[in-house]
Amino acid sequence: MNVLTEQDIKHISVGAAVLGTGGGGDPYIGNLMALAAIRKYGPVRVVTVDELDDNARVLPASGMGSPSVLVEKIPSFEQLSAPLKAYEQATETKTDVIMPIEIGGVNSLIPVAVAAMNGLPILDGDAMGRAFPEAQMVTFHLDGLKPGVAAIGDEQGNAVTIRPVDGFWAEKLARQVTIAMGGSSIVCDYGISGKQAKQSVIPGTLSLARKIGALLTTQVTTDIHPITQMLDILEGVKLFKGKATLIERRIEGGFTKGEATFEGMDEFNSQTCKLFFQNEHLLAEVDGHPVAITPDLIAVLDEETGMPITTEGLKYGARAVIVAFPANEKWRTEIGIQTAGPKYFKYDYEYIPLETLAKERIKR
Amino acid sequence: MIRLGIDVGGTNTDGVLLGQNDDIIASTKSVTTKDIFTGIENNISYLLDHTTINAADIKIATLGTTHCTNAIVERKSLNKVGIIRLCLPSGSAVPPLLDWPEDLVKKLNAVSVMVHGGYEYNGTPISQLDRNELKKAADQLSGKVDSLAIIGVFSPVLSEQEEQAARFFADAMPGIPISISSQIGSIGLIERENATILNAALMTTIKHVAQEFERALAAKQIDANIFFGQNDGTLMTSDFAQKYPIYTIACGPTNSIRGAAHLSKEPNAIVVDIGGTTTDIGVLSNGFPRQTSLAVEVGGVRTNYRMPDIYSIGLGGGTKIYKQGDRWQVGPESVGYRLTEEAYVFGGQTLTATDVAIAAGSMHIEDAQTDKVKSVPSSCIYPLLVDKVEQAIDRMKTSAEDIPVILVGGGADLMPESLKGASTVIRPEHAGVANAIGAALGDISGTVERIYPLEDQSYQDVIHSARKEAIQLAIDAGAHPDKTDIIQQEDFPLAYLPGNAILVRVKAAGPLKL
Repeated sequence: MNVLTEQDIKHISVGAAVLGTGGGGDPYIGNLMALAAIRKYGPVRVVTVDELDDNARVLPASGMGSPSVLVEKIPSFEQLSAPLKAYEQATETKTDVIMPIEIGGVNSLIPVAVAAMNGLPILDGDAMGRAFPEAQMVTFHLDGLKPGVAAIGDEQGNAVTIRPVDGFWAEKLARQVTIAMGGSSIVCDYGISGKQAKQSVIPGTLSLARKIGALLTTQVTTDIHPITQMLDILEGVKLFKGKATLIERRIEGGFTKGEATFEGMDEFNSQTCKLFFQNEHLLAEVDGHPVAITPDLIAVLDEETGMPITTEGLKYGARAVIVAFPANEKWRTEIGIQTAGPKYFKYDYEYIPLETLAKERIKR
Repeated sequence: MIRLGIDVGGTNTDGVLLGQNDDIIASTKSVTTKDIFTGIENNISYLLDHTTINAADIKIATLGTTHCTNAIVERKSLNKVGIIRLCLPSGSAVPPLLDWPEDLVKKLNAVSVMVHGGYEYNGTPISQLDRNELKKAADQLSGKVDSLAIIGVFSPVLSEQEEQAARFFADAMPGIPISISSQIGSIGLIERENATILNAALMTTIKHVAQEFERALAAKQIDANIFFGQNDGTLMTSDFAQKYPIYTIACGPTNSIRGAAHLSKEPNAIVVDIGGTTTDIGVLSNGFPRQTSLAVEVGGVRTNYRMPDIYSIGLGGGTKIYKQGDRWQVGPESVGYRLTEEAYVFGGQTLTATDVAIAAGSMHIEDAQTDKVKSVPSSCIYPLLVDKVEQAIDRMKTSAEDIPVILVGGGADLMPESLKGASTVIRPEHAGVANAIGAALGDISGTVERIYPLEDQSYQDVIHSARKEAIQLAIDAGAHPDKTDIIQQEDFPLAYLPGNAILVRVKAAGPLKL
């Protein structure tokens, strides 16, 4: 995948919804933005993390704020570039490569649009390997990097640059600016060198999203179901297959929180799965035992089509296959678990890796 | 007073006459004709010839039609649409029609313009409208388009700018019909824009349909109030339909659901409409079809205007049954209308769902050669058919509780006496023409679907004003003021939005005031 085609972009948007683990915003609008940008400005070249020059300047670009605003007040092309320009001006640098900060959801493709219109390549990698709700939940933060300068832009041409002391302050300040900008903005922060990227970026996630999307959108022709093939690629675990029988949702502090109950089908007959979510799926239990815990990835797929189902789109009667993938090793460290583990989201569990939970489950 | 209901489907045109107490006087089913006039006229002739009803007694005539759906799917007779998006400086990163199928874009010959305007989520303007800019847009569009679509950012929160722009273009381009997005779709600019463009593209089609319907009625000396079935199971006046033709899309299944409600007297149930090729499963909630909350594709275009929540499976009377390895497969291919030639029980060579149901003893058809299916292992196959429908029913339920199931359509007898998940299984009389009955019966409705920021108004105030507005809209559309009431009310919090905004959907309905 040297250059992104329109087909690639469509596949990435499906794969990004899987990696979005139920949240991250509907990638559809990101898909359209990337599509429009490459039609207007030409193709986007993809560079792998290995190919990066140590001195290359890599800059993440992402959308911040409410997905409900983003689908109404769509950015302008100028807005997509403004934070990049403001960042370059404030740091007196030139950017060589754009990268996604979050491969899950809509933020997988917004940076592709930014890259296209500025004639820059896109990095095959990101700083989450999934979707998370808060700006400090990035591998850069885990590696002790500071956001440095953060530039935030809106459609009016406003650009705000801030110099937060750490990831938490970056989140707090940028969030306020974003609200003032009407609830949605484009952000560039955590500019890093190629050398740093090799250390802190989760590599290959853009092509991974594309591969997942390509698998799930192809007609089932082989004997191996696309979901099974996907589990192989991601070293994932099929947690459950069942029917949604009870869904409870509530809004707390701007986030959709809730639980969904599934009754087992086929090999999971007579078992019950409970799924806990806060924008993203964060915890899965089967018959009262945890089977997958954040930061490991949990995705709910439509049993028939294999398409991912978001926490908002989940309805009674949905027949789903629930799968989980191991999070990148950076998330499985002490600081990783502290930042995005079960305790941070107020679930009363210690983090146990997916593979260990799977072994325990077999023993039971 | 007599009501005439006509439902023009893809395959059949159904007609029905209803009496004073909504009793069924006569019904008919004929093959849909290419030209609208002939098909409808044939239907009316049959109904009048086979009853003693006087044409002069028919006071209400309603039409459920698939013509608009067909125009989009077949890309025929579509208007040239001028698209005006009030959005700048936002929005340019995704221009209109970006994701549309190429052949449809070619047929549309659309011209799109983006101008300053639109609102933030809380109703403060992104930009004010600029008259000079609108004038330039009018110059650019004049002579090139014959229908306009106006779409403003966050118009479901505040529609003032869209209305202002509509007034401007009504003056600047007289005689050109205008569709505005706040009256059509919900949150999601692109999906709402798409629905508005489709609506604008159907103006000529709906006008033609209305004229032909009027002509057919006049030819039979029927002087009635004319209504169109819309996809929420209610009626709209001919004038209203000509502004919102997109609401006729998918009115067929909703007419069936409404008809089923009338025939069974159940206000809450699952309606299973089994045809020759597919089974449509819908939900009857307080007497009306449940709406879907998801984006729906129409002719390959993603839209978000209200649509009935229908789940279709490939199972009908003509569905082919065959063996693959050692397992029996059910469809989805169907022999369709050739059932009476191809099925075993009619002397044919293809094993169909009808054969299996007859072998299982569930279905009885006169003239069926039951000896032809004696050797069919129905005890293995029949449960597969039933299971398909039961699973689909379960998918459409909102809770685990059992609920009444109403079977309608020509293939209703494919199903057994009882079904899993059903508290009762109802097979009403006249179930074959439930759609025409539904078309004839409809109430008049008014719907408010809007986002309300709760920054400086209380939840109660918001709901109260939405209810009041919905009732007024229904009355304006022709509903009886004393008998109009709220039939649906929902609200959803919008995640991540500052200031706690909610999406409110309220629908009021009442019987026609004549």
